[in-house]
Amino acid sequence: MKSFLRDVAIVASATFETPSEPSRNEVEMLLPVIHDALGQVGLSQGEIGFTVSGSSDYLQGYTFAFVGALDAVGAWPPIRESHLEMDGAFALAEAVAYLQEGHVDTALVYAFARPSRGDLDRTLSVQLDPYTVAPLWPDARGLAGLQAQAMRDSGRYGDVPDVTPTYVGDGVTAVILATGDRARELTKTPVWIRGIDHRIEAQMLGLRDLGSSASTKLAGEGAGATNIDEAYLHVLYPHQELLVKDALGLDRQPVNTAAGPMMVGGLERLATAAKSIAGTGKRAVATATSGACMQQNLVAVLEGAAA
Amino acid sequence: MSETAEAPGPVTIVETPIHLDYKFTPGVAQSRFLRALERGEITGQRCPKCQKVYVPPRGACSMCGVATDEEVKLSGKGTITTFCVTQIPSPGLVPPYVTAWIRLDGSDITSMFLIQECDPAEVRLGMRVEAVWVEESELVPDLGNIKYFRPIDEPDAEYETYKDYV
Amino acid sequence: MSNRVAVVGVGQTKYAAKRQDVSMAGLVREAAKRALDDAGMTWSDIDAVVIGKAPDMFEGVMMPELYLADALGAVGKPMLRVHTAGSVGGSTGVMATHLVSSGAHKRVLVVCYEKQSESNATWALSIRLPFTGGSVTGAGGYFAPVIRAYMRRSGAPDDIGIKVSVKDRLNALNNPYAHLKIPDISEEMVRESPMLWDPIRYLETCPSSDGACAVVLTDEDTAKGTPNPPAWVHGTAVRSEPTMGAGRDVVNPHAGRDCAKDVYAQAGVTDPRREIDCAEIYVPFSWYEPMWMENLGFAPEGEGWKMVDDGSTSMKGDLPINPSGGVLSSNPIGASGMCRFAEAALQVRGMAGDHQVDGAKLALGHAYGGGAQFFAMWMVGSEKPNA
Repeated sequence: MKSFLRDVAIVASATFETPSEPSRNEVEMLLPVIHDALGQVGLSQGEIGFTVSGSSDYLQGYTFAFVGALDAVGAWPPIRESHLEMDGAFALAEAVAYLQEGHVDTALVYAFARPSRGDLDRTLSVQLDPYTVAPLWPDARGLAGLQAQAMRDSGRYGDVPDVTPTYVGDGVTAVILATGDRARELTKTPVWIRGIDHRIEAQMLGLRDLGSSASTKLAGEGAGATNIDEAYLHVLYPHQELLVKDALGLDRQPVNTAAGPMMVGGLERLATAAKSIAGTGKRAVATATSGACMQQNLVAVLEGAAA
Repeated sequence: MSETAEAPGPVTIVETPIHLDYKFTPGVAQSRFLRALERGEITGQRCPKCQKVYVPPRGACSMCGVATDEEVKLSGKGTITTFCVTQIPSPGLVPPYVTAWIRLDGSDITSMFLIQECDPAEVRLGMRVEAVWVEESELVPDLGNIKYFRPIDEPDAEYETYKDYV
Repeated sequence: MSNRVAVVGVGQTKYAAKRQDVSMAGLVREAAKRALDDAGMTWSDIDAVVIGKAPDMFEGVMMPELYLADALGAVGKPMLRVHTAGSVGGSTGVMATHLVSSGAHKRVLVVCYEKQSESNATWALSIRLPFTGGSVTGAGGYFAPVIRAYMRRSGAPDDIGIKVSVKDRLNALNNPYAHLKIPDISEEMVRESPMLWDPIRYLETCPSSDGACAVVLTDEDTAKGTPNPPAWVHGTAVRSEPTMGAGRDVVNPHAGRDCAKDVYAQAGVTDPRREIDCAEIYVPFSWYEPMWMENLGFAPEGEGWKMVDDGSTSMKGDLPINPSGGVLSSNPIGASGMCRFAEAALQVRGMAGDHQVDGAKLALGHAYGGGAQFFAMWMVGSEKPNA
């Protein structure tokens, strides 16, 4: 595992989730959550060094969804800002790299999604090879079924649960990061990011061993996911918990799983892990997943400094 | 695609229609705006911090990053701060037609609208205009209630009063 | 900056209206392979891959990095996908630079692309949300009023945009990858081309292109062993401001001015007009060249057009702008910013071929996006920056 030039901690976070948001738009959903997270450490947007978000136009149903969402931030005077068309957990990884440079010492990471607007299983088909696979419209749940069956066929997992989706509809998560002394100034209980890594696999299912998660294993090694006390895993279907535990070598540790809203769920896992271990001296692993049958996986190792 | 009798050429394109349905939620602030339009009114929202008035309102002042709540009723008159004469066809519009950035009186941001009932060559910066609505019986919660803007018989605004609204 | 970062490989595809000889995967692979060849590397040398492109709905592939992972040799590696509207080619380069400067990775492949012939950008940009009335569509319809406001503000003569169009198309004749090649381009030809969005004429707009552009970034140690001279990154910056902000200036955006100041400060540049040898900037409509001359601090406010008028921005001038022919000659949207960054690097590496600016040592790459509220820039030089 590579060491950081500067230690980075999660110092605050806030989340809102609901099966289907009836009345508010993205900006109205984000505003109170961002303000909540900033307020926990007494920061204003003007004091944030770098802002980065994760979202998907295909979930929102129109192009440039992230552009309007920026209205919730108050980007004036102009801010250092970027956006990934990925789960917010990957945006957090980008923020950690950005903070290494030393020009700024705080970052706001947020993610938003309203998949309840459309048919998520069908929408995700558009992620697949546009020439040979997507035209067949294989839905996300069906592909997960192939994964569960491959696990059963491997005989390595005992009982493999059925494919029932657990993802929540709509939501937003905001996380505040800070480096070294700045983190210690902002909170008595910073949660240090000791390692963060992510890896991708080939998309074509025939090229992969669906009965294991090679990318989770590599990312876990890269992030230094050893001596773990608790796990906060991003899994979209119950059978995927077995794959992640296997890849990370988790056995007796308490495991807390959630799917969350697509694009938000991974960042939410990191935020929840941080909240849970803040001030405890414990070491947790948190994961995020993306793509059909867990094609891409992120692993973060967090340590809650003892209060 | 190039083909010969002996061997077909490469496939150069496949068409894959994608059909996805979405429900749209305008949000709390825009819902109020749309209900006002249904009554034949234009409303904006004032930022509690910088006091600027946004129309259409989006529920936040994007500059301050705070929620907006106070409703402000606007007259439907405004000033053209800049414009463009489009010469290419667009559905339902015969070129040349004018789209203008209009600062509605009482608002602090411009919105883009069509200018009609006027020769495109006559449109100029600073021109005073007003909204032209659909018939009262046709009012629905949609910005389409405002068909276009047209010139009114008022002197042009001074450049200094609108030059910063671009 | 923390660790020094070098651009050791650049690869571009031929830009064209239709690249139907390749799939999307084939297109990105073509640029990536050329960048690797330039760097003297193979796919297995790369630690991480970053891709950037404009909206997914252009090509109808959601999060296309998932589909492209295999084609770009990313399997088993970290892969990120940036999307910041038209500035994405630039911001992808900036974010990739951080992956190296932070020490996270030693060798990063950056690829940006757009395959407009397999997409319907106008459709994707014109998805009509309910309740919004009959809104105005097309980038020209949005930017033409901004240009009119600039003309009024600066009092620039009407033919400045025409001069930019001719200059960039002449430059494109010396760039083998350029899409538009108009050997007999003249002011007369531009003036007589159809007026589309008055004041923008047809030949004052950018084309729609298929294409990809890639760079390989490395740390200082790795750069020692590469076959061609590196370009050193002297500074990177991004800035964003609200799209619909009361009091925002779309003609001379605050975000662009701040972004330029930031990147100049990092590079130790105090007099950009004199110290920078050439710049590749994002000019999708001709008039954006004089506007950005002011926004970037090359000219006082209201006087950017004079640099065009007196030929300062031509290949023979003191600050050549867009020696490659720029966005006006090739516009693979999601890659257009990366092309600017890559071309700036080629200039200071002395590898720009027939459009090389003699002795270029310091060059600026610039991209903007959305309604000119997103900016990304980098400064590259032939010499290593001070630690």
